[in-house]
Amino acid sequence: MLNYDIVIVGGGPAGLAAAVAARNAGVDKILILERDKELGGILNQCIHNGFGLHTFKEELTGPEYAYRFIEKVLNAKIEYKLNTMVMDISNDRVVTAMSREDGMYQIKAGAVILAMGCRERPRGALNIPGYRPAGIFSAGTAQRLVNIEGYMPGREVVILGSGDIGLIMARRMTLEGAKVKVVAELMPYSGGLKRNIVQCLDDFGIPLKLSHTVVDIEGKEHLTAVTIAAVDNKGKPIPGTEERYTCDTLLLSCGLIPENELSRNAGVEMSPITSGPVVNESLETNIPGVFACGNVLHVHDLVDYVSEEADRAGQNAAKFVKGELSEGAADIEIVATEGARYTVPSTINVDRMDDKLTVRFRVGAVYKDSFVSVYFDDERVMHNKKRIMAPGEMEQVILLKDKLAEKPGLKKITVKIENE
Amino acid sequence: MEKRELTCIGCPMGCAITVELENGEVLSVTGNTCKIGENYAKNEVTHPERTVTSTAVILGGDKPRVSVKTKSNIPKDKIADVMKEIDAAVMKAPIHIGDVVVKNVCETGVDVVATRNVEAL
Repeated sequence: MLNYDIVIVGGGPAGLAAAVAARNAGVDKILILERDKELGGILNQCIHNGFGLHTFKEELTGPEYAYRFIEKVLNAKIEYKLNTMVMDISNDRVVTAMSREDGMYQIKAGAVILAMGCRERPRGALNIPGYRPAGIFSAGTAQRLVNIEGYMPGREVVILGSGDIGLIMARRMTLEGAKVKVVAELMPYSGGLKRNIVQCLDDFGIPLKLSHTVVDIEGKEHLTAVTIAAVDNKGKPIPGTEERYTCDTLLLSCGLIPENELSRNAGVEMSPITSGPVVNESLETNIPGVFACGNVLHVHDLVDYVSEEADRAGQNAAKFVKGELSEGAADIEIVATEGARYTVPSTINVDRMDDKLTVRFRVGAVYKDSFVSVYFDDERVMHNKKRIMAPGEMEQVILLKDKLAEKPGLKKITVKIENE
Repeated sequence: MEKRELTCIGCPMGCAITVELENGEVLSVTGNTCKIGENYAKNEVTHPERTVTSTAVILGGDKPRVSVKTKSNIPKDKIADVMKEIDAAVMKAPIHIGDVVVKNVCETGVDVVATRNVEAL
């Protein structure tokens, strides 16, 4: 069996940043396992710009952002294995991996960092009626075909779902000569960033139909048409509102799901809201020495936040292998309620936290001129006004160690949205 | 007087901005919450610009396409022309981030550059 201080599952933005942080914290034997044939993860196919404004103060494309971190990994001579699938992670941190080159092998890891990212919600999970012809792709699959492989999936396109990848692909397909006829969104608001709605739809006159969904798919061999209809406030199609669009391509951009089969098998406790692991202030799961960061933990809006989070996971994994992650005081629970859907992390051990701790969360609906409030038990300690909050964008509050240390015996921190 | 409604893209806030114009001159910008919004709105109604990203054909490389971008913004109304010049380009591996793919694309004074490395096979 091989031995490594830290094994990182996934060589995308989270895995890369975690590896660099762990190395900077003085950990020698680090191994990144990546199933694709190159490092960088999904950023390689995200050729549009807008990445890195927070981290590098400039707008980079996905591949450029990825390369900033790949370069650091290469310069630090951190080991990585490509074309390698992790088959299993045990609860005592034995990682079983497989590749064509090395066959199946096991690694005993001092710490494991989960950085597997997420997957797109497929058609099978959407309950769309109709035929099952060729021509239906997840937006990310189409993105890979166009940007990496150089193939066009089709010429006349309808997009269901207004997630960012769907919006980006509306522009991309248009620029490559396809006609994108409509983007239908089930919810009364878009899950995508404002910037993408403006630059990917408005710029090209592509209509966005909110509160609409696909109710029929036609075509026996290949897609020939889809029908969309308006939905009521329960998401049910309203008879008489159907519109038929002839098309050869339907792209689905209906949400992302953290990819946690390995975590579940290892016995990692999962959050039913994020579909990612439940973690403490150190981004450590219920299994000691198993950390999580990036989209496998919760789906992020900006990669900058993934890198930042992964940096913390890498530092904490380094502390763990060096025996510096203390046991310390009892955990304080963080509860998300009244508009806040979840928080990451969901518990805090004050002794183990840094001077500042960023708690990230998402809201469940669009809130205008509302307040993000934080309560220490029943006392309101933070009350920040926000002009707008939307489910598509992550929110955050920053907790200070000093303030928490002033409250010994604190049991519960509540994050909620208030009107006043 | 003309009124234009915009969504600011300067940050995730996405402020709803209203610009009042007369004969192409900006009279007022409202709804923004910072200077970025004001600048964005003024540029957007007078000379809108975009960065174009796409891919170009590359021969003899370890990847079938190389991703590219305009090194800075180009006028929005030139997007289609810029795409044509990018599509016409045929590169040879190796190529590295920042290498010029199309010089001075469509006389904009802006180069199209590679955004990833493609090594020779």
